[in-house]
Parts: sequence; C-alpha cells; structure tokens
Amino acid sequence: MIVLWTDGLIYLLVLASAGLVCYLSRQQHMRRPLKKIAANPVAMASLTLLLCFALIGLADSIHFQAGDSRGNEAVSLLDVACDTMRKHGEKTYSAPFAAHGYAKESIPAPDGSTRWDYPRLQYGGAHLADPETEWVGDVFDKTFSGFSRGAGLMLMVLLLAWGDQHERRRALWRTSSSKAVWATLFLVVSGCYTLFSLSAYYHVLGTDKVGEDVFYQALKSIRTGLVIGSLTTLVMLPLAIVFGIMAGFFKGWVDDLIQFIYTTLNSIPSVLLIAASILMVQVYMANHPENFNSLLVRADMRLLFLCLILGVTSWTGLCRLLRAETLKLREMEYVLAAQALGVKPAMILFRHILPNVMHIVLIAVVLDFSSLVLAEAVLSYINIGVDPTTHSWGNMINSARLEMAREPVVWWSLAAAFAFMFALVLAANLFADSVRDAFDPRRANV
Amino acid sequence: MMSYVIRRILYALPLLLAVNVLTFVLFFVVNSPDDMARMQLGQKRVTEQAIQNWKHQHGYDLPLLWNAEQTGGKQLSETIFYQKSINLFLFDFGLSDSGRNIGSDIRQRMWPSLALALPSLIVGLSVNITLALLVVLFRNTYVELGSSVLLVMLMSVSSLFYIIGGQFLIGKLLKLVPISGYDDGWAAIKFLILPVIISVVAGIGSGVRWYRSLFLEEVERDYVRTARAKGLSETQVLFKHVLKNAMIPILTGVVVVLPLLFMGSLIMESFFSIPGLGSYTIDAINRQDFSIVRAMVFLGSVLYIAGLLLTDISYTLVDPRVRLS
Repeated sequence: MIVLWTDGLIYLLVLASAGLVCYLSRQQHMRRPLKKIAANPVAMASLTLLLCFALIGLADSIHFQAGDSRGNEAVSLLDVACDTMRKHGEKTYSAPFAAHGYAKESIPAPDGSTRWDYPRLQYGGAHLADPETEWVGDVFDKTFSGFSRGAGLMLMVLLLAWGDQHERRRALWRTSSSKAVWATLFLVVSGCYTLFSLSAYYHVLGTDKVGEDVFYQALKSIRTGLVIGSLTTLVMLPLAIVFGIMAGFFKGWVDDLIQFIYTTLNSIPSVLLIAASILMVQVYMANHPENFNSLLVRADMRLLFLCLILGVTSWTGLCRLLRAETLKLREMEYVLAAQALGVKPAMILFRHILPNVMHIVLIAVVLDFSSLVLAEAVLSYINIGVDPTTHSWGNMINSARLEMAREPVVWWSLAAAFAFMFALVLAANLFADSVRDAFDPRRANV
Repeated sequence: MMSYVIRRILYALPLLLAVNVLTFVLFFVVNSPDDMARMQLGQKRVTEQAIQNWKHQHGYDLPLLWNAEQTGGKQLSETIFYQKSINLFLFDFGLSDSGRNIGSDIRQRMWPSLALALPSLIVGLSVNITLALLVVLFRNTYVELGSSVLLVMLMSVSSLFYIIGGQFLIGKLLKLVPISGYDDGWAAIKFLILPVIISVVAGIGSGVRWYRSLFLEEVERDYVRTARAKGLSETQVLFKHVLKNAMIPILTGVVVVLPLLFMGSLIMESFFSIPGLGSYTIDAINRQDFSIVRAMVFLGSVLYIAGLLLTDISYTLVDPRVRLS
C-alpha cells in the first residue's frame, strides 16, 4: 500500500465530510434544508451521479505496489479493475469499436509480398475472423448481453429492496426522489457494466496517439477532476473562514489588514499567480530530484501544489462574503448578550458566529466545485495545470486540439473528455443549485 | 468626492507595492539571476563571463532586496528590487530580458486585445440581458423550465469546447471565416467575428442566470406592482421599469471589468493567435521573461484598482442615495 499525498488528503476529506453530514443531520435547524434537498428528485439524482464519480475517484486513490512489475510503479484499485483496458495498447489512433487501424500501412502477406491497407488492431476486435461481415452483429450482441447482465443485476437489487416489507421504508420508496435515485443508479450501473464488458473486446472510445485506451484515460481523469475540485476547497476554507469572520468581528486594524491582504491577492491576475507558482515548483523539483524519485510522486506533488495555489487565489470571494455576514451578525442581540455575559471573543466566534455563517460556506463550496473542475481544463491548456503525465480532461482536450486538424478527424478523445466532464459538472451544478435554494434564507419560504 | 478619490489613490500605493514585492519574491525565491541568464543565453556552454555580462547589462548584478555593502538609503536603493520597481510606478517598463521595449510592445498590442474584448463585452451584455428579460417574461411557464435546464447545460460545458467546437464547425466545416490569425485595420474584422461569437455563446449560461436572478428580485418590488396596476403591459413593465432599475447592479458589475479589458483574454487570444496582451503574457510566462511578467502583473493590478475606484464613483452617479466617505 502506497499513500500519496493527495490520497491521504482525500481520505481526510472523506472523513471530514462524513463527520460534517453527521453533525448537520443532528442539528435541528439544519434538518429543514436537508429534507428539502432530499425531497428534490433532480438534486438526489445528481447527488447519486456525483457519488458514483466519487466512488471511481476513491477507487483510483488506493495505490499499492504492482505485483508483476519490478520497479516502483504503483497501481490503484481502478487500474486493477481496468486491467484489460490498461494492457490492451495499440500502436496508434483507432476509432471507437474499430477492428482496423486508423492509418494505412504496408502489411506483409504470408507469401512475402506486402500490400497497402488498414492493419488489424492487436486487441480491438481481434476475436473476429472476418470483421466486415461479423462486426455489426458482434457489437450488437456484446452490447446487448453486457447491458442485460448489468440491468439484470440492478433489477435483482431493486427486487430485493422492493420486497422489503418495513412500512416506513416502503413510504420512502414512493417518493419521487427515491425513484430518481434508483433510475440514475440503474442507468449508471448497467451502463458501466456494458462498457466494461465491451472493453474486453473493443476499444469502446477508441485509442489515442500512443494507442492508449481513451475510456481508461477518461476514467483515470475523474480522480484528477475531483481532487482539484475538492482539495482546493480544503485549502480555501480555513483561510476564508478564519480571516473572514475575524475581519468582520474585530473590525479596526485587523479588518484593515485582512482587507489589504485580499485586495492585494485579488489585484494580481490569478493566472499569472498560478503560472509563477507552478514555475517555481518545477524549478524546485528540477533542483531537488532526490525527493521526487518516481514519476507518480512528481505528478502528485504538482497536483497537490496546484490545489494549494488555486486555494490561495480563490479564498478571497468567500472571505468577503463571510466578512459582510459577520459584520451583520455581531450586532445581533444574542452576540451582544454573550459579550455582556463575559464570554471570550474566541468563544463567541466559535459558538455564536461560525454556526450561523455555515450555510454561506456550504453554498460557496458546492458552487466552487464545478468552476474548479472547469478551471483545471483551461489551466492544463496553457501548460500551467497538472503534470502532462497525469491523466486529466484538460490534458486530453489539449492533445485533442491538434487532432481535430487531422484527416479523418480524430474526434473521440475530445468527445470522451466532453462527455465525462459534462456529466460531472452538470451534476455538480444541479446539486449546487438545489443546495443554494435549500440553504439560502432569502429563498427559504419558497 | 475629490478628497475621497485622492484618498483611494493614495491607498492604492501600498497595495501596488505589496503586489510588486509578492511577484518579486515569487519569481526570485527559486529563480536566481544566474538561472535567468542561462535561460536567456541558452542552457549549455555558457561561460561565467557571459553570465556576468548579461546580468550587468540587464541590471541583475545587485543583491535582491537588501544591499549590505552600501550605507544609508543606498542599502535599499542599490538592489534589483528597487531598481526594477521604481520605474514601474512611473509606467516606464523598460526593456524586456530579451531586449525589446516593453512599453511600446504594450501600446502596440493593446489595440488587438481591445478590439476583441470590447465587442465581446457589448454583444455579450446585450444578448444576456435580452435573454434574461425574456426568461423573466415567461416565468412560471414551461418556457422558463426549459430555458433554465438549457442554461445549466450551457454553463456546464467547458469554454475550451466552445472554442474548439466553434473553430471546427464555423471555421473548418462551413469555411465562413478564417480559423485564426489577425490583420491590421479593418481587415481584422473577419478574424474577430468568430472569437466574439464564441465568447458570447460561452458566457450565455452563467450570464443569463445571473441577470435573471437580478431581474427576479426586482420584479417583486412595489413599483412594479404599481406599474402593473396602472395597466401597463408586462413587456412594458419589464423593459422600461425593471430594466432601468436593475441597471444599477448591472452597470457597477460592468464598470469593474472595463479597465481590465485592456489586458485581453489569455485563452481566446492564444487560441485565435491574436497578437494582444493576453498572448503576450502567455509567451512571457513560457519564456520565463521576468520583466514582461512583472510589467503585466503591475499593469493588471493598477487596472483592477482603477476598476474598483470607478465602481465606487459610478455608484454615486447612478444612485444618488449613495454617498462616498
């Protein structure tokens, strides 16, 4: 078992969010918004999708030493699950479900002569004797059998759940949001099952320039997107919360100083700040090669640092919101009462102010998530994002940009990155909307 | 008013100083002048003498922040930081590390940036506001439901896909406009159409949602009810009364970004190879040209602070209830 830095932080994050959910569900005043979210079918469906993504990301965060390799190569649980995809590398591009290569080359015939034709792929469709005639039927067969097996599995689970005679749980069953959750789960599980079973025979989403399976790349990129979206908030939150409520509560020179800090940070174009910091990390790594002995550790450190620097550039917005809210709260009667009773300022901040700004923090975190996932793609495009060896949607788009100019067009990398990113960001946006609607007191009566 | 503006400008000075120190430290904490010299002169086979010459030529042969060999005020002034910073405050950007005049480069590259950014802003703003008003007009109908679903979907697509998709569809398949490039004078228009369209489309999702929430807040107000009670049609109410009153947050939101338009957009410019300040900055980052990056950071922060100041002033202009103090 190898624990990378981001891995460790992800486990920490999972623990923290589990704790937060436990804490929230026990708070009386938080139950109403939570129930409101639970009653919203769109929110629950997108939450389910997000959790599926998170599950894949978590499976990709458990690294251990590869059994069959002698080097210090680490593989994750996801790599093991996708072993066939990972090992089924072709020579170069191939279209989705293709049995033949992307470009013509000279193929030696058994009698010594060569002919100029599309070569058969090494793995994709290799079980077919005559691709021209069998291909359509075979793809249809395999898709159907994969889907029916996945769907059958889900149906079995559904039947088991349906057979549950407990009255309270049966009432839960009839709500529209639970139907939405089951529908999403059904689609995701059977879809995944189909794709996985198909990818043993074909490259479902084609292969890229060096022949790597695009579906595998897109799956691996999920972790990068999630890490950027979630670890950044882990960096951002302490800064924003501590500075924001301190500035609002103490006023005076503390407020001036904190405002000075965040105006300074805000006035530097964030891209430049990120570029300078990434440059710095690169130089540091080049000068200290002994600390970063493997490629994975290097890429991981860069990812972590990117989260760090994104967090540093993005805490100012939330800090400003929290400051404004605290300025309002500190004039409230219950804060004045606490002051009159002689409660220490630190205690007032912790017991009276912090719980009452929590809804702003929660809304900001879910709203930021999707924009951070999108930002990663843009940063990778200008080469100041994640390491080029890390699988990420940004890197996929970056390389796909040049492939669009080829003839015939290599569209599958771009399409895969688009589909995965769109699904994640759309789910995050829909969920964020409902969280905002539920927690924002101005919309509470609706 | 005047004293407020002067106070704000004086307050900007420490901010700019802090920005300068921060960028300086960020760059030099790992990147020593020796490394920069090697980078500029070519990595290998550089003699010690050549490095010294380059450093002397570009003024990098002084201590970074504190010169212990000098006395008095010279301890501060005889340093790289002081020498390179003091001119920035006078907007004299000096020579870049590769020997070009940064000031004239900026003056020259400012116009293409502006030619892209200004139409994008204006067209984007009018499209967004019109669409948002239409969505509000059809509120509580299926039109609103459908459009809000569509907006979330538009918002969830990365801007890179808009650019690549737009270039592929309009530039390559339909061959309506050139894919990328730039030209002087009016000939530039045909190169600018595509980026402007794409940046408008890419902004629709979040923009319309933002304006929609502004208008929805405004629709609940008393004056709107009065206007309806007078017998005005819903269209008149929205486009005359609501729009005028919502202008205050819209205007102040726009004023903040106005000065920053000069900086251009990093992504759009480098995708469409428009020789503006955005692509200039990216090139400088890639070449590790410290002088240019610092000049651009400085310029960016000056413009940002100017934007904040303009916002405050525009508040008092459009809303007489606001008093500056």
